[in-house]
Amino acid sequence: MDRKLIFLLAFTGGFVIMSIELLGGRILAPWFGSSVYVWGSIITVFMIALSLGYLIGGRLSLRNPSLQRFGSLFIAGAVLLGPLYGFGDELMAAVFERVEDPRYGSLLASMALFFLPTVLLGMISPYSVRLLVQAKDESGQVAGLLYFVSTFGSALGTLGTSFYFILWFEVDTILLLLSGALLLCGALALLAPRQEVAP
Amino acid sequence: MKRLAAVLALALALSPLAQAEIIHEERSLYRNILVRDQGSERCLLFTVRRSNRNQSCLDRDDPDRLIFPYARMMLSGLLVTPAPKRILMVGLGGGTLPKVFSVLTPQAQQDLVEIDEAVVTVAKRFFDFTPTAQMAVHVQDARVFLKRAAARGTTWDYIMLDAFTGDYIPEHLMTKEFLEEVRAALTDDGVLVANTFASSALYDAETATYAAVFPALAEIRLDETLNRILVAQKQPFPDEATRLAAAEALRRPLRRFASNPLPLAQNFNVAPPFSASARLLTDQYAPVNLLQQR
Repeated sequence: MDRKLIFLLAFTGGFVIMSIELLGGRILAPWFGSSVYVWGSIITVFMIALSLGYLIGGRLSLRNPSLQRFGSLFIAGAVLLGPLYGFGDELMAAVFERVEDPRYGSLLASMALFFLPTVLLGMISPYSVRLLVQAKDESGQVAGLLYFVSTFGSALGTLGTSFYFILWFEVDTILLLLSGALLLCGALALLAPRQEVAP
Repeated sequence: MKRLAAVLALALALSPLAQAEIIHEERSLYRNILVRDQGSERCLLFTVRRSNRNQSCLDRDDPDRLIFPYARMMLSGLLVTPAPKRILMVGLGGGTLPKVFSVLTPQAQQDLVEIDEAVVTVAKRFFDFTPTAQMAVHVQDARVFLKRAAARGTTWDYIMLDAFTGDYIPEHLMTKEFLEEVRAALTDDGVLVANTFASSALYDAETATYAAVFPALAEIRLDETLNRILVAQKQPFPDEATRLAAAEALRRPLRRFASNPLPLAQNFNVAPPFSASARLLTDQYAPVNLLQQR
């Protein structure tokens, strides 16, 4: 099992999550403003989605864990980001027309746009732990290292997006690059040689 | 003895500074709000850390006097739309401009949009801001307000944008898409007046974006201030003679506010230049706060 590959993938997952969360503010602002509750909606949705992702990812890792299944999480995450630049505006317009209160409007819109991809991305961490842990007594250390790597990825995703990417690229271009990174991660895992996972 | 006199003179010269007193301080959801008294001047400040930018000032001995040139400059739209009936103001500050308009155009309806409830409270409590029957205060994000208004088909003939406080700029209020929404909310002979940025990398991007949306664009800068005001219309501006005549007609009504409208007409620079390489600000690309620091 290529441990480095798994850490790289977990890093990328963390990076992408926070980059999307930051872009979320920009994506919602034209429709729901930049009031404090818009950020509240975005963070709430990301937290709920991540918590569910952790739960589901952990459950999923019980049955035949493999690098290939791990890779398909990334592919699915990339696919679920599609609607964001496909029909994000139409969706927000529909919410805007139906929900007068921008608090619930932004909550609903963030739910529709960010919930599913974030659940998928949340599944990465527990699944990585399962693939990495070889023996019971090292599980805490492995989990710690994994959180370190993925959260460090999140930090860089936040910094890179807010300091540089928005200055260089359009929002849709950044989203496309993030999806591309997820697809690449998925392909690397799918193409990796099949290996036994520790029981 | 001479030295003592010099010290005394210096102390006297500095004394108004020493008397500056913060009479109110609060941290709202969006910013720090301070109210400072200095002599007869009372000022609203949104931040003290990085800059001492006053947002709005009131002369308590002469409440009508417009202390800041920029407040006077926000009246420039009257040169091209002399008798507005429906006014929209984004960013309330101390509520100075609504008061001026309620004197100049008492019949006009005024919609005042401010994102921060605390600013409205402070304006009422410390700056003699009393909404008249003609005014409606909306505590809301301006972009959301305008989108809702557009859906109802509401229009205004005098729109003022004064939401750019200097330390953090609401990026979604500077994009091409937003300005298109503003244009849609303007009557055919309506005018947009925006208090904007005179320096930094933002200057070109902003001018280019306004010019891309509005066929008629003018810039007003006065030597005494760093502010620049953009005036924009859907239709061509009235000619210079008409604008000067409008300024002349404003002279008397503005006297009460210790303001002279003539410099506004004299410095009404149509089609301000901007760098051809400037990238338009859009909802997709609006690194406004990063550009401003350049």
